[in-house]
Formats: sequence, structure tokens, C-alpha cells
Amino acid sequence: MHVGNYLGLVQGSERRLVDALNKVAGQHGDEPDVFETCQLLRSWSNKHLEYLEPLVRKYGENRDPEPSNLETALFHGPRQGSLALLRDLHDVWLLTQQVQLCWTVLEQAAQALRDEELERVCQECGKETKRQTAFFLTRIKQAAPQSLVAS
Amino acid sequence: MTTETRNSINDIWGERTPHGPSQPWPVRVDERVSETPERWVRGTCVLCSNGCGLDIGVRAGKIVGVRGLGSDVTNKGRLGPKGLHSWVANDSRDRLTKPLIRRNGQLQEASWDEAMGLIVQKSKAIAKQHTSLGIGFYTSGQLFLEEYYTLGVLGKAGLGTPHMDGNTRLCTATAAAALKVSFGSDGQPGGYEDLDTTDCVMHVGHNIASQQTVLWTRILDRLAGPNPPKVIVIDPRRTFTAEHATVHLAPKVGTNVAVLNGLLHLIIQAGATDPAFLDAHTTGYDDLKKTVEKYTPEYVEQLSGVPAAELRRAGEILASTRTLVSSILQGVYQSMQATAAAVQVNNIHLIRGLIGKPGSGILQMNGQPTAQNTRECGADGDLPGFRNWSNPEHIKELAKLWNVPVNKIPHWSPPTHAMQIWRYAEQGSIKLLWIQATNPAVSMPELGRIRKILQKEDLFVVVQDAFMTETARYADVVLPAAIWAEKTGTFTNVSRTVHISCKAIEPPGEARSDLDIFLDYAQRMDFRDQDGQPLIKWHDPESAFEAWKDCTRGRPCDYTGLTYEKLMRGSGVPWPVNAEHPDGTVRLYSDFVFPTRADYAETYGHDLETGAAVSREEYKANDPGGKAIIKAAEYREPHEVPDEAYPLWLTTGRQVYHFHTRTKTGRSKELQDAAPDAFVQLSAEDAAKYGIGEGDWILVESRRGLVIERAMIGNIEPGLVFIPFHYGYWDDPSRPRAANELTITEWDPVSKQPHYKYAAVKISKYDARAALPQPGLLGRAVEAVQQLMSGEKEVPAGSSFTSPGLQPKTTQRVDG
Repeated sequence: MHVGNYLGLVQGSERRLVDALNKVAGQHGDEPDVFETCQLLRSWSNKHLEYLEPLVRKYGENRDPEPSNLETALFHGPRQGSLALLRDLHDVWLLTQQVQLCWTVLEQAAQALRDEELERVCQECGKETKRQTAFFLTRIKQAAPQSLVAS
Repeated sequence: MTTETRNSINDIWGERTPHGPSQPWPVRVDERVSETPERWVRGTCVLCSNGCGLDIGVRAGKIVGVRGLGSDVTNKGRLGPKGLHSWVANDSRDRLTKPLIRRNGQLQEASWDEAMGLIVQKSKAIAKQHTSLGIGFYTSGQLFLEEYYTLGVLGKAGLGTPHMDGNTRLCTATAAAALKVSFGSDGQPGGYEDLDTTDCVMHVGHNIASQQTVLWTRILDRLAGPNPPKVIVIDPRRTFTAEHATVHLAPKVGTNVAVLNGLLHLIIQAGATDPAFLDAHTTGYDDLKKTVEKYTPEYVEQLSGVPAAELRRAGEILASTRTLVSSILQGVYQSMQATAAAVQVNNIHLIRGLIGKPGSGILQMNGQPTAQNTRECGADGDLPGFRNWSNPEHIKELAKLWNVPVNKIPHWSPPTHAMQIWRYAEQGSIKLLWIQATNPAVSMPELGRIRKILQKEDLFVVVQDAFMTETARYADVVLPAAIWAEKTGTFTNVSRTVHISCKAIEPPGEARSDLDIFLDYAQRMDFRDQDGQPLIKWHDPESAFEAWKDCTRGRPCDYTGLTYEKLMRGSGVPWPVNAEHPDGTVRLYSDFVFPTRADYAETYGHDLETGAAVSREEYKANDPGGKAIIKAAEYREPHEVPDEAYPLWLTTGRQVYHFHTRTKTGRSKELQDAAPDAFVQLSAEDAAKYGIGEGDWILVESRRGLVIERAMIGNIEPGLVFIPFHYGYWDDPSRPRAANELTITEWDPVSKQPHYKYAAVKISKYDARAALPQPGLLGRAVEAVQQLMSGEKEVPAGSSFTSPGLQPKTTQRVDG
């Protein structure tokens, strides 16, 4: 039974996403849309972490001693310089994808376990994670030409 | 010897011509002339977004007055105080008459050849080294359609830059965004005619009595007649409009979504939705129902301060009215959750099925006379003809029309919005910024930042204007522009009604029309199509109009049935005008089919909270196929809220006697005398708390800057202060007074419209006798203003504003 391990992974990933969103907001305060939206998206991830807590407790007891290297560092910012915004957004996009994949994996397991609560959490949180990804994709597409060509 | 049909300074709206819902709006011709005209020339008023038809009186080559056009559907002869007076600005002695080039730090007169040659040389050098991503345009809501279209084509298919937007971003971007969200495309569903028969009018964040005085006259005439409509006003101040309200809701600033969700909740609770309409013509209702469930009147009162009983009264009216016209403006567009809130007004109409029917319509208002055309023509963050930047077929249509390769037209993401254009200029990646007919040094948020950007060594600033505005002072090249009555062109009002405005007099000196300037630039840049022919194939307003018609064929804003000749017949005509609708279209969506089909829509939509774009694939997967889209939104608190350090809310806005930064209205003696200076309006409660008396000098500070204004007490909620945004420094550099010294650099996630309607501030009585300003923030602000005006009037800081303030010469209050 590895559900506990994966819940740990999504929990860790959401925590790192919260941390990255904080850092990006802090570093790029002169980009008001990035600043404000990162704070909004952080509140979503914090809410996800609250939903996860009882589930982590529930499945934590059965957690296999799987090595913890499931986790990899995706966010390397915040950076400085003319490519900083684009590269930081790039990393955060990857982080949201990491979280999204965790929800997908866990939702599959939830169905097999007939755990409706876990399934509901995966679906609801997954919807918001998708919106997080969509924001960063939109913002990255906007920033890319100016950052790469004209800066 | 001036003759006038009324003194419109004291009698703003004029005599009532009452009528009931079954009678037409009577004609009343307003006129004001300084001498008897030799001839009258057909024009259209440009002093607000209403678009009143008029004639321009001319004598000896000068404008001597205006007269309302009795046959025009928009105004039936009426004109407001701004329109009746502002024409004197054309003949101001301080008009710009020659191009200027900055040499050794000073703006010096130059020839057109030198000025245009320099702009072209810079453009080519920047494009060569940095691509056209180094060039940006910040245009206006006050040029003519023909000028916007020419600018749009030369920007998109000539230079190929995505960096073009208008000051319409500050005024009507949310109107367009909200219409796109709900109906798939820009274009106001209703017409002004719906006001003549409706049972209920709702003004949301729209002080129509001050902003569109003639449109308000239309409502006053109904209120004075049999079976008057009920009036619901949502506004934190007791405005002229609110004085006539059946129900006036005064929410805390930034809480529009909470209040509107509360109204939606009450309509649903009352069982007053139209299930058949919802089922046949909309998508998304279930989500809305679920979202607004918790917005009970009590909960809304907690969030917004609107008493539950008052919300219920408004809810009862909205649940029972048989017809409804809503108008929305800056109180929504320039506040928190702008698009989300504007969309909830659309939703009120959709859940009650009150759209596309006589007496029912939505007017997502514009602020400026030609803002609709900035949007239609693609001189802002939209593509011409309401085309969708993320629909490859739409880009192909434009490429074919302009005969350029598809990849010439930037469409990899939405055209860059104004706030981002300024950000790129701040960061240095935009190196040439061409500003036309707008005054960002007074009208943008956080003016200290804007001044810094305009002064950047690596930014080449071109300003095209009629006057030496606060912005023009920072320019590297100033181009003197002809204005209204000095050139011919067309433009479109909120009611989609297209008007023509003709050249009546010659422009002063060497001033040229904006169209001629753009055509000259295109020719000098040698923009070509893919067959080597000139890209711009027109040469004057009428040929530009004909080219534009081709661009609109088959689109919602179809102009193909219009000609200059048709527009000269005595009235404007509302689009679409085509073979099917040769006389125009008063009301859209009377068949309840909305332009949301994936291949036709202007947008695939956005996430209302984050602004994330919906992809083509996602949209097509759930193609609304002609149904209107209901999108719900949760209330979110504004980003900056009052705290211990800055305990009050600031909101900014407009006055009846002025338009924008008073470039024209400030040059009419009567208008200027009526509203001679900025002020800070505060409640009696706050005045008592701070020991402030009427007329005292008050220092208002935010985290971004400060202003010094005289106190005006009353007609506003406690905890909130108001400053009109019109006043800058060209005619009074003696103190920091522009409201936008205080405002915030941030914007709505979907419409990208900046938030001017809230900021946290602190106030204190400013003892002018304390003489020279304190070091620190105040000193820096005064220094900035002095620097701004350097070379002009040298005014010792802290001295001239100790004189008694100018008293308004009007019997009306100036804060209404």
C-alpha cells in the first residue's frame, strides 16, 4: 500500500508550491498581476493542504518505507535579471504540473479503494491546480516573446 | 454677444419634456452661440460617450457655437454643459501649431519633415536592432474610427508589433471584457431607446447624471411623465443620480460582487427566474445558483455595509419588474473584480430573460466618445472587427484582407495591454512609445512612477496632441494635432450608433489630423503588402471608412450598409447595418442567439479570477453554440484595505463640468469657473473626527504619493474620501493635486483595467502657514511637480496655495 507515500508527495509538492508562490510574489512585486495572483493561488494551495491533513493521517499508518526520493526540486528561484520572471514562472508551472499529476495518480487509487472522500478531494483540488497551471501558461506565453527577443 | 437656450452651468439638464412609455421622446433643441453663424456644419459631440448629434456654427473661419440636432436618435436636439461650452478650446491661444523636437534638453520648433523623419529613423533603427517589440503605441478613446483603423493596420500589418493599446484600457476595457464573457463578443445588447419604455433602470457604479447628462435627461423625462420607471442606484456616494433613486445602495468600495451576488440570490429566492429562457438560451446557470446561495442579505450586509432591508427592496424590484435597463460604468470597471462584477449585471438580465426585448437591455457604458471604435478597429488590445486573436481562421481573414503573410500579424498572445506596455517601457524593452490624444501624466495610476518612465533616457517618447499637456512636456517629439471640427471622421456611441463629424474649420498653424499623421508615417516607413503595393491603400477619411467596411463584413459590428452620405441624413445609425438591416439595428439578440459559436466568438474566454486564457480546444469541447454564458464569481476583498497607518478609503472619479484631464473643458471659462479646482470630499463624521472644517487644506497621503486639497464635507459615507481625477498641473503647478498621485498600480485579471476606485489613505489638516514643505515625501512631491513645470511658471513651493481657494461659480454642487 503506497497511497500514504503519494499523499506525502502531493503534500510536499503543495508545500513547495506555496513556498515558490511566496518567493515569486516577493521577488516580482513590480509585476502587480503576478504579485496578486500568486497570493490568490497560494490561498488555494493552503486550502488543499488542509484537505490533505486527515487523509495523510488516515493513510499514513500504512505508509511503506519507500525511499523519500519521490520528491525532486523543481523550483530554483527566485532569480534576478532579465530572464528572471520567465524562468521563475517556468519553474512554478512545472511545480503545478507535479501537483496535478499527483492528484491524477491518487484519484485512480481512490477509485480502486472506493474511497469517495479521497476521490472528491482529488477532483476538487485538481480543478484548482489546473487553474493554477493555466494562469502560469497564459502569463508565460505573454512574457516569452518580450523576454527572449527584446530584452 | 452670447445667446443660449439655457444657462447650462446652473441648469445642467434643462427643462423637462415629460413623456410616458407609449410616447416618443420629444425634441428639445439646445443651442449656444457667441455670434450668429454664417453656416452650420454637421458634427457630433465628443465631450462624453453619449454621441449627441449637433451642428457646428461657423463664422469667419472660426467656431462660434453649437446647436443640438433635433432629428438625431441619440439626443433629439439636446446638449449638455460640456458640449455647449467646450468648443471654445479649438480657438485657444495655447494650441500647438508646429512640431517640436527636443534638442539639448529643450523642445524646439521643427518642420514636419524633420519631426517625422526623426520618428521614422528611430522606428527603423529600433526595429532593426530589437524587432518591432521595441515599439509601442498608447492611443486614445478620442480619435476617429478612420484613424484607429489606419493605426491598427500599420501597427499590426506594417510594423507587426503587439504593443498597441488605448487609454480605453483605463475607461472601457471592462465593458468589452464583460460583453465578451457573457455574449461571446463586444457590442452592447440594448439601445438608448429601451430607456423610453422600460419599467426599471439600474445604474451600477454609474453616475449618469454627471457623466452622460443628455442620457440622464432622457431618464428624467420619463421620471416626470406617466408610469415612470423605478430607479436603482448602486454607488458609495450620494451623487446627482442617487438623489433620484427609488432605492440607493451605498456599498463599501470594492464590494460590487458581493452586492450583485446578493441581488442574484434574492431573484432566485423569489422564484423569479425564467427557466424556459435559461434552458434554451444560456449555459452555466447551475453553477451561478450554487455560488450565490450563501449571499443572503445579512451576509451581504457584513461584506458591503449595505443594510439587508435595502438590498431586499432592490431585490424585490428586480424580481418583479417586467423590463429592465442596466447601465454600468467606472464604479464597477475601475474597482476590484471589475469584469466579474460587470458580468453579474449581465447575469441578472439573463436569469430573468430580460434581454433582446423592447425596454430591456444592458448598456456596458463607455467613458470616451470614440472608445467603441478603439475596440472595434483593433487600436487597443483587440483585433479589428471583433476578431479572436486565438482563432487562426480570424487571423487568416485579416491577412487576406491586408494582403500580408499570416505570420506578419502578431497573434501569439493577446495584444499587449496598456499597463504591460508601460511596464515594458519601465524595464527598457520598449524603446519608442508613441502617445496620441491622451494625458497619462495625469490619468494613469501612481503618477510618480509614470513621470519616471517618461523621463527615462532610453525611452523615445512621441506625443501627438493639440496642447502642451503634462505628458507632452516629457516628449522627445511633439506632433501638433488637429481636433474635432478641424477634420472629418466617424465614431460610434454606447448605443452602437455611428455618427459623422465633419470638418468645419481649418486646424491652427501647421496642425494635422491624426489620420494624415498616420498616413504620412506609413508612407515614410514604406509599409508594403506581399505584392509590393503600399499596405495602406486609402488616402482620406472616406476612403479609410470604405476600407474599414470591408473589415467588418460578416462580423457583429457590420458597417457594410453605411456610407458617409447615409450618415449625413440627419441622424446616427446603430450597427449592424448591412443588406439585412439597411436602417441599422436598435437592439441586439432579439432572436436570443448570441455570438458565442466557437468559429464566430471574439474570445474563448478567461478564468474570471486569474485571467488565464481558455484554450481553443477547451472552448470547442463545450461550444456554447449561440447560447449566452453565465459565469459566477465569489466575492474577493480588495488588495489594499485601510489599516492603522492608512485608515481611510480613497475613491476617485468625475465631475459634471469636466472631461478627462480638462484639456478642453479647462479652457472654457464657464466650465472652469464652475469647477475651478480639485477637492477632497469627506463625511461630516470624519470631518469632526479630524477637526476639519469646510474649505480647510487637507494633506492626503497614500503609500505612493500625496496631494493637498481643500475639504468638502458631506454626501459621502464615513470612512471614505473622494477626489476628482481631472486636475493636473498645466494650469496650476503650485501644489501636488492630481488624484492619481495616490492610486495603485494594479489591474483586473481579465479586462486589465486599473483599480482607481480604492486605495488606503490617511488625511491630516495641512497648516499652510507652516510655510515650506517638510523634507521627505512632501518635499519630494513638490519637487516632482516643480520639475514637471520647469521652464514654465516658477512657483515657490508652499506659498501660492495659502491663498483663499477659488469658489465654484455654479448653483449646483460640484461633487454631484
